[in-house]
Amino acid sequence: MKKILALLVVLTLALGMINIFAVAETTTAAGSVYYLNFKPEQATQWEELAKIYTEATGVPVTVVTAASGTYEDTLRSEMEKAEAPTLFQVNGPVGLATWKDYCLDLSDTALYANLKSDDFALIEDDQVLGIAYVIETYGIIYNKTLLEKYIATEGAVISSIDEINNFETFKAVAEDIQAKKDELGVLGAFTSAGMDSSSDWRFKTHLANLPIYYEYKADGITSTDAIKGTYLDNYKAIWDLYINNATCEPAMIGAKTGEDAASEFALGEAVFYQNGTWAYNDCLAEGLTDEDLGMMPIYIGVEGEETQGLCTGSENYWCINNKASEEDIAATEAFLEWVITSDEGRDMVANQMGFVTPFTTFDDGYAASNALLDDAAESIANGDVSVSWNFTTMPSETWKNNVGAALLEYAQGTGEWDAVVTAFVDGWATEAAAAAQ
Amino acid sequence: MQRYIKSYWPVFVLPTMLAFAIGFLIPFVMGLYLSFCDFTTISNATFVGFANYVKAFADATSDFGHALWFTALFAAISTVLINLFGLAIALLLVRGFRGTNLFRTVFFMPNLIGGIVLGWLWQVILNGVLANYGVTLVTNEWYGFWGLMIVMLWQQAGYMMIIYISGLQSIPEELTEAAAIDGATGWQTLTRVKLPMIMPSITICTFLTLTNGFKLFDQNLALTNGMPSNRSQLLALNIYHTFYGRTGWAGAGQAKAVVFCLIVVGIALLQLRLTRSKEVQQ
Repeated sequence: MKKILALLVVLTLALGMINIFAVAETTTAAGSVYYLNFKPEQATQWEELAKIYTEATGVPVTVVTAASGTYEDTLRSEMEKAEAPTLFQVNGPVGLATWKDYCLDLSDTALYANLKSDDFALIEDDQVLGIAYVIETYGIIYNKTLLEKYIATEGAVISSIDEINNFETFKAVAEDIQAKKDELGVLGAFTSAGMDSSSDWRFKTHLANLPIYYEYKADGITSTDAIKGTYLDNYKAIWDLYINNATCEPAMIGAKTGEDAASEFALGEAVFYQNGTWAYNDCLAEGLTDEDLGMMPIYIGVEGEETQGLCTGSENYWCINNKASEEDIAATEAFLEWVITSDEGRDMVANQMGFVTPFTTFDDGYAASNALLDDAAESIANGDVSVSWNFTTMPSETWKNNVGAALLEYAQGTGEWDAVVTAFVDGWATEAAAAAQ
Repeated sequence: MQRYIKSYWPVFVLPTMLAFAIGFLIPFVMGLYLSFCDFTTISNATFVGFANYVKAFADATSDFGHALWFTALFAAISTVLINLFGLAIALLLVRGFRGTNLFRTVFFMPNLIGGIVLGWLWQVILNGVLANYGVTLVTNEWYGFWGLMIVMLWQQAGYMMIIYISGLQSIPEELTEAAAIDGATGWQTLTRVKLPMIMPSITICTFLTLTNGFKLFDQNLALTNGMPSNRSQLLALNIYHTFYGRTGWAGAGQAKAVVFCLIVVGIALLQLRLTRSKEVQQ
């Protein structure tokens, strides 16, 4: 009896194992799509779009969204699976360096055929390895209503918002708002410059882009192994302005998060908020409307900045996994073509997700529009010179982290500005050399 | 019974062995191998010999040395505090007053919360308290250090308490009774009778707390993420930052992880030897 019982136990165990393998076997059909999405803000829309596509064509589309800040970790482990993502993202040239062995040449795809310009593609050795699918813009988001209220106060340094077109004026306005904060009913001119990891990228990456942009421009280059730090005094000036005229003391920014800044702005506790078009929904969360929102360039005091525009670019490039099966690659290419050409796809991308895309197919009536996007478009229409996204050439994550750490220490008074300069300039050389090893 | 175990031992051992192999042995061997490779994902690796080790330890900017002594200090202090605390609660809760079970549950509960959630919860709490004094967890590394200590104490003392309780309850009553009859004071009973009798529990608990202290990652990531300037960074987080910090440095991170593993195993073995030698047979 006991022997039989033992045999049964062994059999159950063994059968269980077979089952596990069997499940893994059955899912591959004639081709399927697996998209590892980077943007949690649009996760539900992608899933919905995938469902529509599957219903229309029968091709299974799986969308998985990595939790905020964990894309690289998730991608590494997902790529290891038998069912690896067929469609994934890199953030630019530095991100591409890690993944280029996995990137299919996209030059024969509909995606590339409909791309407005090669500026939006990652091209290496004549191979199109990544294609940007969303163009984003950042700057200083401001609360129009509060700013108008400030202009109406006695002794306001400007009489119209348009007068803010250089650092000098911007600084005067911000400091005056800070001085009149009780009168205006705000906690500060700027939202808290949080240095928690949910917010520090706004300064160590996005704000740092400006001195890099001007240096590249002055030197006529598009990337470098050794930055000189020509405009770091300007970086300091804008950082000082942010931390000294904010809703909280500079010493407290180590504890402030991205949510803190977003809610301070949405609640009307601050007038200025450095962020981009992707933050639109967060800005409206507490009852502000489109009429309250505007976006202006980040002026840092460089000569001739009156015509400087907003910072526009992309760090979202689609790549197709060249290690996927031929059927899956074909299915993925077809899916992407459908996304940028079909009515359902374009409606979802432009209107629901609010993406401005670099594809020609979106020109006929599928333009994303909201207060922030409109300001961005208007700035370009006015002939302002857009600031390109050069932070994609920053040598490594470690570089960003070290600059961020130095910014924090400077702000809370435990470090000197020199440490920021060292992390920025010397750190760039060190990191570029380390990454090249 | 013996006979059945002899003939059917694979049935009993196999499931655990399998889980152990899948969850521990295989990844460990693969990790060891990967530390000698240049890789993006684990199946796409090329052998490069000791290059990763050279790269990892020639890197002057990596703060590995600082992370090492900071971690050692943290592990040492947390081992002492957690065990003292756990033992103290255990001694209180074996007295059999009303509601002991409720208290045991309450003290044990923090263990059921995952490290990262716990780290974020405490980040909010601690920063909220510190804000009254105009500082934050990342003002300097010691706020982060003691913050982390509080979190670990809160989380682990309850777990150690359970182990100590079971140790204390297994002490034969004759021994404590005899001690009482001989006129031993409470302190004498504790140090001369109870502590020697629960030496096996102490061995396990110090082993767990010491290795946990060294391996600590989630709470460190959530609470301070190594800020300011990597000075509150423990070893595991240092390895993580090396792994993901630069393109092509995954192998260097892996090499550090192997060295880290050797350090922890070495220290754990030393500790086991030291405490084992103090154990007594009943």
